[in-house]
Amino acid sequence: MKPEELKVENLAAEEYENERVPDKALKGPSSFWGMYAGEHTAGTEFMIGPLFVAYGVGAGDLILGLLLGNLAAVLTWRYLTTTVAMRTRYTLYHKLEMICGRRLVSGYNFANGLLFCFLAGAMVTVSATAVGVPFPDVRMPSFSDTMPTGVAWSVVVILIGLVMTFVAMRGYHMVARVANYAAPWMFLIFVASALATIPNLESRELNDIWTGVPVEGNPKIGFWGVFFFAWFCNAAMHLGMSDMSVLRYAKKASSGWAPAAGMYLGHCIAWISASLLFAYQIQRFGDDASPAPGPMVFEAVGWVGLICVVIAGWTTANPTIYRAGLAFQGVLPRLSRAKATLIAGAVCTIAGLFPAFAMQLLDFVGIYGMVLAPVGAIIVVDLFLAERLGIARDPARGGVTSFNLAALIAWVVPAAIGFWAVGFFSMPLPTYATLPVWIGSGVFYIVLSKIMYPAPAAKI
Amino acid sequence: MKPIAITVGTVALLGTIVPPMLFLAGSLGQDAMKLAMLVSCLVWFVTAPVWMRAN
Repeated sequence: MKPEELKVENLAAEEYENERVPDKALKGPSSFWGMYAGEHTAGTEFMIGPLFVAYGVGAGDLILGLLLGNLAAVLTWRYLTTTVAMRTRYTLYHKLEMICGRRLVSGYNFANGLLFCFLAGAMVTVSATAVGVPFPDVRMPSFSDTMPTGVAWSVVVILIGLVMTFVAMRGYHMVARVANYAAPWMFLIFVASALATIPNLESRELNDIWTGVPVEGNPKIGFWGVFFFAWFCNAAMHLGMSDMSVLRYAKKASSGWAPAAGMYLGHCIAWISASLLFAYQIQRFGDDASPAPGPMVFEAVGWVGLICVVIAGWTTANPTIYRAGLAFQGVLPRLSRAKATLIAGAVCTIAGLFPAFAMQLLDFVGIYGMVLAPVGAIIVVDLFLAERLGIARDPARGGVTSFNLAALIAWVVPAAIGFWAVGFFSMPLPTYATLPVWIGSGVFYIVLSKIMYPAPAAKI
Repeated sequence: MKPIAITVGTVALLGTIVPPMLFLAGSLGQDAMKLAMLVSCLVWFVTAPVWMRAN
């Protein structure tokens, strides 16, 4: 089984959906390294790199923030997610159902599906910036664009959305294969684009490239902004335990180091490369520079750049639409997979029309983590602390409750406080609040469960 | 078939990264670089399926 297929098939819940992964199905570390390297060198990287420049990150802050933030992410995957995944050998969904009950998992599925759609929508936007390059009537979005930029833009987005939805309805194997083929080549295109941009720069001084001055209308971030973003941009996967679905197959705990491939190739080198492309645009056009990936990459390396942006967007968006469809199907089991995927594709295409999701990707990714990560804290409490603290373990499976109100409150209230805090304290990115929200969820769950669902022995 | 695919595929990957390095060094023009990368791209997507299927 190819690594990408391994992941998607798990999410498709075709294997060991409601049982522990048996020993015979466990995989060695090599299955995970390739998968993580490919998954984190994707379409989103083309937007995130330029946004760092737009948010005024200086050269030192960028490099140090990425090195340490990605290290923190890898350590979280290795010592938290992998530990939980190997101890339970369940999918996130199954473990959540054991703790929270079926109805609350449906709520999680709905939130997850909707956020997947918006993420895929951002990738449709990214792809449209490449497909639109040969058509002068397609006006590329700028930072200030939140609405569709015109009829031609809308037509391109709708066509891309239709194709992606159709392919996603047919299944994911073909896209997974293309993603595997493209992964090493795409990484080289990121690096090649940066190399080809360097000779065109007006100044090659690091401080003239990453100036530390934000583009007008954007907040300023420094080391901590980069550090927290690198750590928590995948919070839903590591702190939120979404990657239990993958890492439950790990034969050895050392497989938990595999995300390092994605973090340092994708979230370090690819981000720096993509940011260099936009830094060049800033040197040429100042605050009027467009962060649209298509034209930037086309200027650097020509048609291969456009092919890369389209493939990167497509291979990210397609599995995401598919997974969103599965999530919606989880909410409405009577819905056929094809219809669920169609709904997900329609929502994604509509989202793709609006450049706001792509242009505000740093914020969106932060919100995505803040909404989904708290359930991971509930799982950690259930797995490691419940017995010690006299709380019922897996209360839904144990018949203590069919709807875990403590988990609902512990999920929603800290996330809502986090949203409020981001605005109230004028945090430049929502990722500043991810860790406090996650810890808050764990604490809420402990306190509420002690009151509402004490362990049977503790009751006596 | 596999050794040929691996050899040609490796050359294609080199053809993706070496031209921009030469462009950076001033040894190759931008148009030649773009053309070399496009040809390498086509070669890669022909050989990669053979290479990866063999694995």
